[in-house]
Amino acid sequence: MADAPQIPDEATVRAEWGDFAWTPENAAQADKVIARYPPGRQQSAVMPLLDLAQRQVGAQTNTQGWLPIPVMEYIGRQLDMPYMRVYEVATFYTMYNLAPVGRYHVQVCGTTPCMLRGSDDVLAACKAKGMHKGGTTADGLFTLTEVECLGACANAPMVQINDDNYEDLTFDTMTAILDDLAAGKQPKIGPQIERQTSCPEGGPTSLKEMVSENHDYRGSW
Amino acid sequence: MAEETAAPPAFVGPLDDKDRIFTNVYGFQDWGIDAAMKRGDWDNTKALLEIGQDGIIEIIKASGLRGRGGAGFPTGMKWSFMPKESKDGRPSFLVINADESEPGSCKDREIIRHDPHKLIEGALVAGFAMRARAAYIYIRGEFIYEAKVLFAAVEQAYAKGFLGKNACGSGYDFDVFVHRGAGAYICGEETAQIESLEGKKGQPRLKPPFPAGAGLYGCPTTVNNVESIAVGPTILRRGAAWFSSFGRENNKGTKLFQISGHVNRPCVVEESMGIPFKELIDRHCGGIKGGWDNLLAVIPGGSSVPLVPAAQIMDAPMDFDGLKGLGSGLGTAAVIVMDKSTDIVRAITRLSYFYKHESCGQCTPCREGTGWMWRVMERLRTGEAEIEEIDMLQQVTKQVEGHTICALGDAAAWPIQGLIRHFRPEIERRINKNKGAAPVMEAAE
Repeated sequence: MADAPQIPDEATVRAEWGDFAWTPENAAQADKVIARYPPGRQQSAVMPLLDLAQRQVGAQTNTQGWLPIPVMEYIGRQLDMPYMRVYEVATFYTMYNLAPVGRYHVQVCGTTPCMLRGSDDVLAACKAKGMHKGGTTADGLFTLTEVECLGACANAPMVQINDDNYEDLTFDTMTAILDDLAAGKQPKIGPQIERQTSCPEGGPTSLKEMVSENHDYRGSW
Repeated sequence: MAEETAAPPAFVGPLDDKDRIFTNVYGFQDWGIDAAMKRGDWDNTKALLEIGQDGIIEIIKASGLRGRGGAGFPTGMKWSFMPKESKDGRPSFLVINADESEPGSCKDREIIRHDPHKLIEGALVAGFAMRARAAYIYIRGEFIYEAKVLFAAVEQAYAKGFLGKNACGSGYDFDVFVHRGAGAYICGEETAQIESLEGKKGQPRLKPPFPAGAGLYGCPTTVNNVESIAVGPTILRRGAAWFSSFGRENNKGTKLFQISGHVNRPCVVEESMGIPFKELIDRHCGGIKGGWDNLLAVIPGGSSVPLVPAAQIMDAPMDFDGLKGLGSGLGTAAVIVMDKSTDIVRAITRLSYFYKHESCGQCTPCREGTGWMWRVMERLRTGEAEIEEIDMLQQVTKQVEGHTICALGDAAAWPIQGLIRHFRPEIERRINKNKGAAPVMEAAE
């Protein structure tokens, strides 16, 4: 259980987050989300609302956010759900942080397709910066998590940092990304080699007309 | 005599650009609705709906389209299971599975971020055909950018009047909603996905009742993969005969292949079903790293299918039946290539860890079995095991397989079975080496 989240003491959490409430923008967004589901089925909105709350906590703490218990209770009251049902959801899905994380949440994919193409090197680049799995660096900047397949296997190895994917990584490019983030700069998102998304490196082997124009292939149907 | 009456050989690629469905798969051009319409999406969708509900289902059936999410169930037949009229006032729902999490798979991501209107138009056509009131697109939580595109694309379609009341001027009311997941592989299983959509933890339901009888909110529901839905409008426009002109009997159509691992240029590419493995790799991926002699094994359909050794895969047709014949499967057509530098036991052990991590914990054989199998695999990887444990592991995989509510238990068992079937000598070599090494180390102390 070494990698279990280190949840802060409940009394401290209640003192800090007991009066959590949506910001006006998020209150409007929450209503919009609930309206996506049929009347009486508002429980369906629990996942998007937990995400919204985690982002609000993140914005208020200048981190990637987490879900203190009073925040889950707040959502449970809004959706007329028992707290335990909200807690079940928050603990089941990996994207909900049960403990505080850093300014940047570095999620390195370590599943086989990334492993085959060098995710060990990507993790090594993180460790060389003083990170360790499941922990946050002392300056509060980076939290490192090894995650399971993030669905960008043709661009392996990859990492998701906050909301952005960085793909086709090496030890050196990963190091450069972390350096940029630490210096407050925004690195280039997406593939870190000369490559258009999941197109073969060096140019497409099909649909070459699309490179330069929005080609309509119906003419040759 | 058989030769005289035999049909001409099936077309198995390479595909012409004009026959590719996802023309903006690499995102060289804008995903927005105006650019998508110039490429042919939303082109008189009303006329497609005028084919009629049963007519659409018949065309999809005749096209030979089989579900693109892994199981390969005939899509048209699945749609036909939905009730033709609601006897008790319950609405029907279409749920589109965009919870792409199978290691190796990265095709739905490309459809959603670069050609989202193919999916949304497909949602309308499929939803109409199965008489659904609305579609929910369940997109995995980690696809943050992709979800942004999808939300925006749905809004564009509403703004043009293609969705909502009187969608496309057809007189049919249809809504499309996007629902983001939050990180759980199991939610790709259809009943787990329905549970998750209802705001619960994603644990699969026992079947029956099947979703077509009682699914989302207890209403008739069909769950389809993104690619199965997104190819629908093009099949209707070009006809069932066009789609079924690609691929071998019972394995028709075009398919997005996703090639990762030890090829020179990994990529996602749309090709004909049944394209031989070697041609797929040579044509689109620049061959195997270090040449064809350097190929060790391939996982041809995403992590859940057993691996196939190099010699068997080389000329294999990449389709459902061709790979089934090799004791593996097409799955999602996520081709994971491994060359001879691969630590094959570690590669499969990492998959065992994946299934241990992703087991929902509901059924004991899977919850306990995935962890147990991973721990034994870890010891096989380092050789700290006994030879008999290989057989014990094999037996345990058989006790997990088929004894769980959903297929995650099977999916965890198959990669290990494939490893033992094809690489048993390598596992034994490690154990023997470890045994041989141990006394030497003692002597050195």
